[in-house]
Amino acid sequence: MKMMQSDEFLVTRAQGGDAEAFGTLVARHYDLVFRLGFRMLGNKSEAQDLAQDVCAGLAGKLAGFRGDAKFTTWLYRITINAAKDRLRKRTTRQKAQEGWGEVEAMSREATAQYKAQLQWLHQAMATLSDDLRETVALVLGEDQTHAQAAAALGVSEGTISWRMSEVKKNLRAVAQAEERTP
Amino acid sequence: MSDELKKLASVLHAATPEPDDTARKAAIAAAQKSFAQIQGSAKPARPIPEAPKKSAAFWRGLKDMIAQINLKPALYITSCLVVAGAAFVTYQPWGSGGPVVPDVLVQDEMPVVEMAEQSTAAADVRVKIAKPVVGDTKKRKDSIQNQPVAGLTRSSETNVAGQQMRKQAFAPSAPPMMKSEGQALGGFVGAIAPQDYDIIQPAPSLEGGDQFAGEPENPVKTTAESPVSTFSIDVDTASYSYIRNAIMDGHLPDADAVRIEEMVNYFPYDYTAPDISEAPFSTAVSVIQTPWNNDTQLVHIAIQGAKPALDSRPPLNLVFLIDTSGSMQDRNKLPLLKQSFRLLLSELRPTDQVAIVTYAGSAGVVLEPTNASDRKTILASLNRLSAGGSTAGQAGLQQAYALAEQMGSEGEIGRVLLATDGDFNVGISDPDALKKFVEKKRDSGIYLSVFGFGQGNYRDDMMQVLAQNGNGTAAYIDTLAEAQKVLVDQVSGALFPIANDVKIQVEFNPALIAEYRLIGYETRALRREDFNNDKVDAGEIGAGHSVTALYEITPVGSPALRNDALRYAKQAPAALIKVGEMGFVKLRYKNPGEAVSKLLEMPIIQGERIITPEANFAAAIAGFGQLLKGSDYTGAWTLADAATLAQDNKGEDRFGYRAEAIRLMQLAKSLR
Repeated sequence: MKMMQSDEFLVTRAQGGDAEAFGTLVARHYDLVFRLGFRMLGNKSEAQDLAQDVCAGLAGKLAGFRGDAKFTTWLYRITINAAKDRLRKRTTRQKAQEGWGEVEAMSREATAQYKAQLQWLHQAMATLSDDLRETVALVLGEDQTHAQAAAALGVSEGTISWRMSEVKKNLRAVAQAEERTP
Repeated sequence: MSDELKKLASVLHAATPEPDDTARKAAIAAAQKSFAQIQGSAKPARPIPEAPKKSAAFWRGLKDMIAQINLKPALYITSCLVVAGAAFVTYQPWGSGGPVVPDVLVQDEMPVVEMAEQSTAAADVRVKIAKPVVGDTKKRKDSIQNQPVAGLTRSSETNVAGQQMRKQAFAPSAPPMMKSEGQALGGFVGAIAPQDYDIIQPAPSLEGGDQFAGEPENPVKTTAESPVSTFSIDVDTASYSYIRNAIMDGHLPDADAVRIEEMVNYFPYDYTAPDISEAPFSTAVSVIQTPWNNDTQLVHIAIQGAKPALDSRPPLNLVFLIDTSGSMQDRNKLPLLKQSFRLLLSELRPTDQVAIVTYAGSAGVVLEPTNASDRKTILASLNRLSAGGSTAGQAGLQQAYALAEQMGSEGEIGRVLLATDGDFNVGISDPDALKKFVEKKRDSGIYLSVFGFGQGNYRDDMMQVLAQNGNGTAAYIDTLAEAQKVLVDQVSGALFPIANDVKIQVEFNPALIAEYRLIGYETRALRREDFNNDKVDAGEIGAGHSVTALYEITPVGSPALRNDALRYAKQAPAALIKVGEMGFVKLRYKNPGEAVSKLLEMPIIQGERIITPEANFAAAIAGFGQLLKGSDYTGAWTLADAATLAQDNKGEDRFGYRAEAIRLMQLAKSLR
């Protein structure tokens, strides 16, 4: 059995031109990129596209990784930036892609309760600004501490805490809006 | 953590789908590819053997019955179907996440034509058209129809040179396999078995990746230094579909994904049809003004395969042999199949007949031979089809053939259309016996076409064998748009290759042409000596297909020259300068089933500019492609210029392909 090699070891090997190490690295973290992308974009196929773009771009960017953060932290940052790029481009789209907030089509098998939850999730995510959404994606989606999320996003820990309280406010506002409209 | 946040976290986790394995593999492969490129190890020794890089992966994927085709466009297929089918396709951001094609047949008499139009914008398409085995090919006469520009000479020169070299060092002949990935109008898959490719493939650790070769643009060549340019024709069109999907999806495609020749060749052109008794295809060379540069010209090489006579086609007797095993119930299988056949139905004439046989699950004749005019009855039986059951079919294939024989009368064409997701248990289980059976039936005049649906256990190898031997096509249908293209081809003519291994070699005259540049065909470059080597594979032309190649040429003394003239260059014979012979085009091809190539030759004559809308439209698309690629050569020319040029030369555009391209140009402009 192969021993699990650390990300940092693989990065160093890949930076030295080891294609296998690079492949292992990408294969190991694809899911992370995809998940984070999905939580930013709210759409599976877009998240897949995003993940592919990020993976393909990784080879070029890897040389710039200095090891001053954890590899995953660095990867979070790259993915979030790429997702934000996509979100920006979305406004120019001729046919609006479904993202957060577009929930009308849902699998038929889903239970009513699940549907209601999704509805709520979509609504909630759609009300969040990009900054808040990326924070949610990291803190709630990836279980990152505020300090870790701060490192990935390049902001202070205090900012993350403040953003999470903003998220809470948003959620309450969504809940209140729901109550008002029966 | 507060309750709200806890809830958000848990729902967010629950709502996040698992990534698809296909997508994961494609992404990893794309990453590895770019890694290899950056490391400088991705370059093969020469362009042509590169093709197996993608096709071998493709085949292996199929062989392993993963059958999920792990290529980047697959992702775009997913997203694009959603976009294009918005009017009738619902989308699930949750759950499976895939595009959902609802069974529109539930609503009877849905306007099929409209559906087809909408879906024109839809996704690609991964089609495989099998090369039928043509038993006896007639030798073509040694002359060819006179061409617009060139006085054409032709010799039946044979060619057996240099047989050894290629096999050992390089992959066997890539182009036919390349076609397997996206040739919408029909490329032909060579008879080389997939496993041959496994041998030559160095087998990287993670296979099945990004299919875009990302070759740098062909550079400008100085005629005095390298007067000869050689390439294989290409009837692949995958790149165009990819670009379309990207733009419809709101972003410009990667420059690497843009293959200009595949864009140009996506469109049908109204080139002069050949006289079939003389040659399988016509060749025309013309010189037009370069739209993006006043000081250069374009050499437009047009090849047109003989077109099947549409208007006078004999009545068709079609037997749909439909797999109704349980696995067919996926939305991209039986429901898509029903829609596809609906489309086909609208293309039929009242004199045509249709019957339906199913196997596995509900077996037997579902629809007795019925006139195509009786749409109601046919649609009703299509609607009744449902997937279920898992066991072997009765002798489904025999039954279908028997029915086709029963329907046929003198002068009519019988064709069995087998639709399946890969369960080929059609009553004859031994592949060899099956092959022989199909072969025998072909000789009796009944053809077989095979349509693959879904990507579950799709058995490509078997499909190829069947279709090749049945003188038919094997097509993979994953969207309604693809269905339209493929099925319309079915009724509009027997699709079989009329010329194999078509290579083009152009020699430019340095006395007149100082520089030249082949636009596109980067991945199809051949070495000069490959032209005369019949062992070196090249692209095929199918009935009715056209192939276009464009060179941008810079005349001697033009202000557009990029390189300084050589002081000690040799002078061309004065006689050639006098007739204004800019260059000389040579073309090699093999008649299907023959191993020895034939040669066509024609000069490129200065001054004889035949300005056809077709050449200009091709130029507009080539320009569009170069703009998308970020080419250095287009100067101040813009997407708006491309759109205007295309619009002015749109022609009849019966299927709206060109109008769609113009829309894409305009969309691309807004995305800049």
